[in-house]
Amino acid sequence: MADFTFWIVVGLTLGSAFMVVQSKNLLYSAYALLFSFIGVTGLYVFLWADFIAVVQVVVYVGGILILIIFGIMLTNKITSVNISHTSVQKGIGTLAVLGIATLLAYMVFSTPWIELANVEQEETTASIGRLLMMDYLLPFEAASLLLLGALIGATTLSRKED
Amino acid sequence: MDSLTNYLVVSVVLFSLGLFGVITRRNGVAVLMGVELILNSANLNFLAFARFGGMNMAGHVFALFVIVLAAAEAAVALAIIINIFNNFQTINVDEVSDLKQ
Repeated sequence: MADFTFWIVVGLTLGSAFMVVQSKNLLYSAYALLFSFIGVTGLYVFLWADFIAVVQVVVYVGGILILIIFGIMLTNKITSVNISHTSVQKGIGTLAVLGIATLLAYMVFSTPWIELANVEQEETTASIGRLLMMDYLLPFEAASLLLLGALIGATTLSRKED
Repeated sequence: MDSLTNYLVVSVVLFSLGLFGVITRRNGVAVLMGVELILNSANLNFLAFARFGGMNMAGHVFALFVIVLAAAEAAVALAIIINIFNNFQTINVDEVSDLKQ
């Protein structure tokens, strides 16, 4: 049963991701991206990453996707219902991407990965918090500085010049 | 489902689709969507290796930082795209090649 659910989630993720890069309508791409993010969240749950799964829903679905839809709405005139978008150089692009995908898949299948047997499932939130406040305190502070910089930068860039 | 290669293959396909979007899309926002797919595939790799390497929490912390960077990147990129739209009335990245109008 869990196996079946896993492949459903994989199908949702990859099918929606295909829609994102294939759809002719920009808004349809954005909505397909929503389902792709939700599918990736499901995969995180299968990987026992409960905290990251919740963060994924909050930040990606609740934040980044809303930003992207705002971007679409602000850069297309609502009156002209022309939010179709096209692709260029599909032939060369497909060839290059297929080549890269083949190389990566070959690497995945030819490497003898070491998988630890009988790993204990544990709750991740407490240990992530401990790691963030002890081992990774400096990157944590740097990330907060980066977010502040991005906040100020985005506001400065997008306001009207006087 | 309990195998590292399954997740790695899903991640490879997700990365390839994102890369395809980045190199073939004309619309700037659609290029940004491709970048988000690539970041998601990287995160999937981090968490898969964390899970099959004995619940190594460093992978989870790194995935958290990737999500933070993705949020910052999306905010700044969309501000830039809106500026481009105000200057050029288009956000097709192949038409926006002039340094000034």
